[in-house]
Amino acid sequence: MTILAAAPALPLHTAGKYVAGAYLVFLALVLVYVAIMAARLSRVERELAELRDDLLERQRTENAERDLESVA
Amino acid sequence: MTSYGRGLRALSLTTIAIIGAAFALVFFYAPLDADQGFVQKIFYVHVPLAIVSLCGFVLGGLLAIGYLRSGEARWDMRSYVAIHMSLIFSVGGLITGSIWARASWGHWWQWSDPTLVSFLIVVLLYATYQPLRFSIEDPERQSRYASVFAIVAGAFVPLNFIAVRLAQGFVHPRVLTLAGGHLPGPMRLTFAVSLMGVALLYATLWKYEMAAKSARMQVRALRRALLGEDAVRPLRRSAAPS
Repeated sequence: MTILAAAPALPLHTAGKYVAGAYLVFLALVLVYVAIMAARLSRVERELAELRDDLLERQRTENAERDLESVA
Repeated sequence: MTSYGRGLRALSLTTIAIIGAAFALVFFYAPLDADQGFVQKIFYVHVPLAIVSLCGFVLGGLLAIGYLRSGEARWDMRSYVAIHMSLIFSVGGLITGSIWARASWGHWWQWSDPTLVSFLIVVLLYATYQPLRFSIEDPERQSRYASVFAIVAGAFVPLNFIAVRLAQGFVHPRVLTLAGGHLPGPMRLTFAVSLMGVALLYATLWKYEMAAKSARMQVRALRRALLGEDAVRPLRRSAAPS
């Protein structure tokens, strides 16, 4: 048995606010999540760039040491 | 590109297209409800969020079974992300449901309705998942305990749903039933497209999260292999699998 709450349908100008609110909540959830993912992605890219720089630095140091040894 | 990154662009574009189509159907095709009028349009976002979140909780339990069987950390990661995403979607379902309740019934919440209260219980149950993980420092024990939690809670979700369906009196509308439901054709099509859109959104965001976590772990492993243990910053204590 269904117990329906007796309430007339809201007029359009009032109902519109509630519908807009619900869809904005949905869009806000998605946008906030996308923003968080974008921030994480830029952190990963930054870590990759640091890793590349550290690796290049190490290679340069090793090459310099090898050159010194060959001269010696 | 990690394995989770493959096909992500196509999936994202498909998700955007389906959600766009769903919104168009909601506002330009689906008829107004005879009782509730324009407010009924909230149905097309609230119900898919609730359904997808509950299915996601069950999925989290199934993925946790994979961890307990194989002992591989990637299954625990998949389960964690599934539950994490489902919690976000369930909060969306609660908020949109409250807005609809306010517009339809004049109250933000009805404690006398078993559908609402049981859904809230499920959300509060899963809200303890991350604090549970965070409270355990040892990563392997964290994964094991969390997997057991996910499996038991995941089994609770369908039982809870069935119990509520068997309840006699309810205020929450019932339009989707095994007998076919009470939705006319245009509304049923609009609902189906909305449900597909939200499900695809869940899958897309799950894949994005997995790709991001996987990429971060690979960067750490690469840094450890190339530059040594000293080059890797120790991980802070976290609820997320590492």
